[in-house]
Amino acid sequence: MEYFDLGKISLLIGFLLIIIGFWGVLSQKNIIKIIIGFAILNTGINILMVSLGYIKGRTAPIIDSAVQQAENHNVLNSVVDPVPQALVLTAIVIGFGVTALLLAYAMKLFKAKRTLDINNFNDLKW
Amino acid sequence: MLRNLLIGLVLAGFVFIFYNLYTTYEPKTELTGIAAHYAENGALEVGAANLVTAVVVTYRGFDTLGEITILFLTASIIAFFLKLNKEDEDKIIIHRGTSELLITASQILIPMIMLFGAYVFMNGHLTPGGGFQGGAIIASAVALSIMANPNRQINHNVIIWVESISGVSFVLLGVLGIFLAGGFLDNKIIGLGEFGTLFSAGAIPIIYSFVGLKVGAEISNILNKYQKSQKES
Repeated sequence: MEYFDLGKISLLIGFLLIIIGFWGVLSQKNIIKIIIGFAILNTGINILMVSLGYIKGRTAPIIDSAVQQAENHNVLNSVVDPVPQALVLTAIVIGFGVTALLLAYAMKLFKAKRTLDINNFNDLKW
Repeated sequence: MLRNLLIGLVLAGFVFIFYNLYTTYEPKTELTGIAAHYAENGALEVGAANLVTAVVVTYRGFDTLGEITILFLTASIIAFFLKLNKEDEDKIIIHRGTSELLITASQILIPMIMLFGAYVFMNGHLTPGGGFQGGAIIASAVALSIMANPNRQINHNVIIWVESISGVSFVLLGVLGIFLAGGFLDNKIIGLGEFGTLFSAGAIPIIYSFVGLKVGAEISNILNKYQKSQKES
């Protein structure tokens, strides 16, 4: 039963997505694929952060009928941690901004050399 | 070959670290520290049913101000970066033509998506939504309209005015909090209202609506820049 804990499963998915994202960033040749790898990495870290705030058997941090019906009638004992969720909201927005900038750079790079293969952009290589 | 080996080594290192983290991870059993304070007093102090919104807009409202500044910065950098020449500005984008299905569906869906976005950011203090999510939904309607007609002209003045006015109003509401309530971005500048209704939680629905409009305008601006950059030869 221990292996089907929701918190652990989401932790595992987060780790998996981070590794897939790093693999994409490191091994792909196409710039668009690198950006997709970056976005997957971003998502993995977000899932990881949210799952760290998960507490077994509790509901979302919204005080409505679900919380009133929970045992003890107490907010403190019936919601998960709201702080990681708020921080992840920030992180998602920053991730969006960075991805948008990366795509703009990719467009400019394509205009410059008519190719998206990273091996052709070796001007700074020594 | 060496490259693949190095990549494999880096990934193996990550797997090793994550495996150790995973096996020694002990899930939380109760709220502690600042989270316990937010959960216990959030409803009383802020009046928002959604505790995440209470944290984002009031307890850490300054953070949110910085966040929309970063979005604004991103939009400005992209606008600077993808700037067009004068002669490219008037060109028409040549495209393969869009399908009849997409055009008809976009005419029906765009008003509904906009309405849903407005609903999401106005109910940010009651439901799992908020300014950023609502703004992104509104921008998705703009993206749909661009896809249906790649040559659609998006009124740049409207975007700039919506963005500026909502940004300035957000800061002004924050400054009002210094004079009328406990500090910068305090939401008690108007009454807290009845808990769990639309007009509750003080200034949170107003602030979040401005955030939603600003985020929607900024993402639409970025989309518009991407669309226009297709004209560049």
